[in-house]
Amino acid sequence: MLKNFNITDVNILVSKERDFDKFLQNTSLEPFSDKVIDFLNDLSKAIAKDKRIREFPDVATFGFYCRKANIINLEKKYSFDEINLGRGVVFHVAPSNVPVNFAYSMVSSMLAGNINIVRVPSKSFEQVEIIINAINNLSETGKHNDILERILLVRYDRQSSATKLFSSVCDVRIIWGGDDTIAEIRKNQIPARSFDITFADRYSLCVINADEYINEESPQKIAHAFYNDTYLFDQNACTSPHLVIWLGEGNNVEKSKEIFWDNLYEFIKAKYIVQPVVAVDKLVSFYSQAIEMPNSLEKTVSLDNLIWRIELEELTENIDEYRCTSGYFSEYHASSLSEISKIINRKYQTLAYYGISKDKLEKFILDEKPNGIDRIVPIGRTSDFSLIWDGYDLISVLSRRCEVR
Amino acid sequence: MNINDLLHIDPYSLNKEEKQNVLSQMLSSLTKHHYNNCIPYKKILDSSGFNPNGNYNYTEIPFLPVRLFKLYELRSVDKKDVIKTMTSSGTSGQAVSRIYLDKETSANQTKVLSKIVTSFLGKQRVPMLIIDSEAVIKNRKMFSARGAGILGFSFFGSKRLFALDEEMNLKIKEIQEFLKTHKDERIFLFGFTFMVWQHFYKLLLEKNIKLDLSNAVLIHGGGWKKLISESISNKLFKEKLYNLTGIKNVHDYYGMVEQTGSIYMECEHGHLHTPVFSDVIIRRYNDFSEASVGEYGIIQVVSVLAGSYPGHSLLTEDEGVLLGEDNCPCGRKGKYFKIVGRLKNAELRGCSDTYAEKF
Repeated sequence: MLKNFNITDVNILVSKERDFDKFLQNTSLEPFSDKVIDFLNDLSKAIAKDKRIREFPDVATFGFYCRKANIINLEKKYSFDEINLGRGVVFHVAPSNVPVNFAYSMVSSMLAGNINIVRVPSKSFEQVEIIINAINNLSETGKHNDILERILLVRYDRQSSATKLFSSVCDVRIIWGGDDTIAEIRKNQIPARSFDITFADRYSLCVINADEYINEESPQKIAHAFYNDTYLFDQNACTSPHLVIWLGEGNNVEKSKEIFWDNLYEFIKAKYIVQPVVAVDKLVSFYSQAIEMPNSLEKTVSLDNLIWRIELEELTENIDEYRCTSGYFSEYHASSLSEISKIINRKYQTLAYYGISKDKLEKFILDEKPNGIDRIVPIGRTSDFSLIWDGYDLISVLSRRCEVR
Repeated sequence: MNINDLLHIDPYSLNKEEKQNVLSQMLSSLTKHHYNNCIPYKKILDSSGFNPNGNYNYTEIPFLPVRLFKLYELRSVDKKDVIKTMTSSGTSGQAVSRIYLDKETSANQTKVLSKIVTSFLGKQRVPMLIIDSEAVIKNRKMFSARGAGILGFSFFGSKRLFALDEEMNLKIKEIQEFLKTHKDERIFLFGFTFMVWQHFYKLLLEKNIKLDLSNAVLIHGGGWKKLISESISNKLFKEKLYNLTGIKNVHDYYGMVEQTGSIYMECEHGHLHTPVFSDVIIRRYNDFSEASVGEYGIIQVVSVLAGSYPGHSLLTEDEGVLLGEDNCPCGRKGKYFKIVGRLKNAELRGCSDTYAEKF
C-alpha cells in the first residue's frame, strides 16, 4: 500500500494507495492555510458524528477544538508580516498512554504548514480508533486529498527500524514521553539542520488563595475542576498538580483545606477507584518522603486511600522528587507567592491557580524569573491544549520565515 | 512471653485470644525496639503520628511495604553485628530486598523454621532429596531467597542429595540409587514449586521414569506465578505428582525473605496456616482496614522474629483471602488462608511513562 517503503512491521493507518517518496516530496504550506482549516472543520464534523464520543470526552474536546471558529480564533494571535512556510517533514512520536495527544501534536504541526509522520500509541485505544476512523471517512470523500497526502499515520512496536528511517528524513522531530523514551528515540540520527522538540516528564502544582476560596459559593465546582486536573488522568499527566500551595491568613487556610478536600472526596468517592498496587505505591511514597525529608512532614488522616495528603512543615527544593499517582498530594502553607520561587526548577510545567489575579501572577514570574513554569492557568484548565506548549510557540517553532528584501 | 517460650509450645496451639495477647505484647515491644534503633523507622512512625510507647493491638501497628527494603538500608543493629544479608531473588536488573540479620535473629529463624517443619515432618532427621542444583547455595556471602530456603530446610536431612546438576539436568541414576538405599525410610523432598514442576515432574514424565515416592513428604514454596501461566493449580499439581510417583504428602508453604523462618505451611486440607510466631492480616484495598473472612485483600504479615531489622510488620504485594480462624478441620489453631496471587501492575492514564510500556 505504501510504495518505496520496505519496513514490514509498520502499520499504515490511513489506507490508500500511497508512495513514500512522493509523500516526502510534498511542499510545505503557509501557516493556517485555508485548505488545512477546511479539513479540520470537516474532521470536527466527522468526529461529532461518531456516537462513541459520548464515552470519550477527550475525543469530543479534540473534535470541538478542530472546528473552524476555534482555529480562526487561534489564528488571530498571529500576524505574519513576512512569508512563512512549514518547516517540511515533522515526525511525531506520541506518548504511549495518552490517547488523544498524537492528534493535537499533528494538528499543531498541520496548522504550521507541515507534512506529518505521526506515530500513534502502540497500545490500542478506542479514542485513537475514533479519530483515525474519522480521517478515513474524509479520505473516502476525496475532498481533502491535498491535505491527506501530507499525513502519514503509523503504528509500530519499538523494535521496528521505522524510527530510524523517519528520523533520517524529518526536519523536526517531536518526542512526547519520559526521559528514558526521549533518550531511546534520540539514538536515531536526524539530519544536520533538523532539530528535536521534546515534551519530557514535567511537574505541576496548584496554588490556592484561601482568603478568596473561603468565599467560594460553589466549592463543588472547584472540586470538579481539580478532579479534571488530576484524577481524570490518574494524576499522571505532566499537567497534573502534585503539590498544593495554600496562600492566605491561617484560619482561612485551615477552613479552606477542609472544604476543598471534603468536596473533592465527595466528588470522587463514587467515580474513582485506586488500583490496589497504587494504594501500596502511595504508602511507599509517603514512607520514602518520611525517611528522606530532612524536616518533618505529616500525613493528614484521610478516610481511605483515595486522597493522600502530606502536610509539609518546610518547603524543600527537591519536593518534586516525592510524587505518586492517583491522588497523592504534598501540601504547604506559604507566606507569599514569592516563597515558592526557590523550589521551581526546569521540571516545573503548569501552575494551576485559584483566587489570584493575572497581574499578580505575571508580576511573580517577572520578579522571580524562575527556571521553570511554562503555563499558568485557572484550576481545572491544566489539560487544555494550547498552541503554546511547554514554553514553545508551536506555530512559530514549526514554521520558517523567508525574508524578502 | 518471648520467642523461647513460644518454642516450647506446639506451633499451632494458641487460640485467637491467646495469640492476640502474645503477638500484641511481642510486636509492640519490637516496634519500640526498632523505633529506638533504626532512624528511618523512627521517621516513618513520627511522620505517621504513631506513638511507639502506647499499648496497641498488633493489628494497629504500622506496616512497611516490602518494597521499602529494596529502597533503603533498614536495620536496627550495628553494621558490625550483621552476620548475614539476605536478598530477594529478583530477576537481573531489578532492585532486590536486603535483609540484615544479626546472630540472634538468624538463630531464631532457624529454630522457628525447625519447630514448624518438624510438626509436619516429625522430629527425626530423614534422607532429603533437594529438587535443585547445588550451585545455588555455593555463594554464601549473598543469600538469595532460593539458596537460603534450601540451606534452612537442609537442617532436616540426615543425608542430602541435590537432584539437579549445574545445567539443571535431573541426576536420574543417583536419585534412583538414593531411593533404593533408603527404601524403607521416609524421604523428605524439598524444592521450589516451579523447579519441582519444571525440572522434576516434567522430566520424569517426558522420560517415562517411575519413581516410588509413596513414603515421601514434599515441601515446596516460592509461589505459583509461573505455574498459573501454565494453568496448573495446586490441586492439579498434587494430582499429577501423585499419579506419577504415588506421593501423598505434599505441602506448599508461603514465606518470604523479608520474614524468613516464620513460614505458613499448607495443611492436609490445602489451607495455609499461621503459626504462633507470625500472622497474616488481610487488608482492604481502599482503606487498608482489616478484611473479613472470605474477603480478598492485600496480605500483611507480622512476625515476632524480626529483631535486627524493622520487618516485624510488613505489607506484601500479594493478594489473599482469610478462610477462617481456629476452626480448620485439620485441628490446627490460628488463622488459615489462601493466596490469590500478586497484585496486578497499574495501568495508568497520563503522560508520565513510569508504568507504561516503554518505546
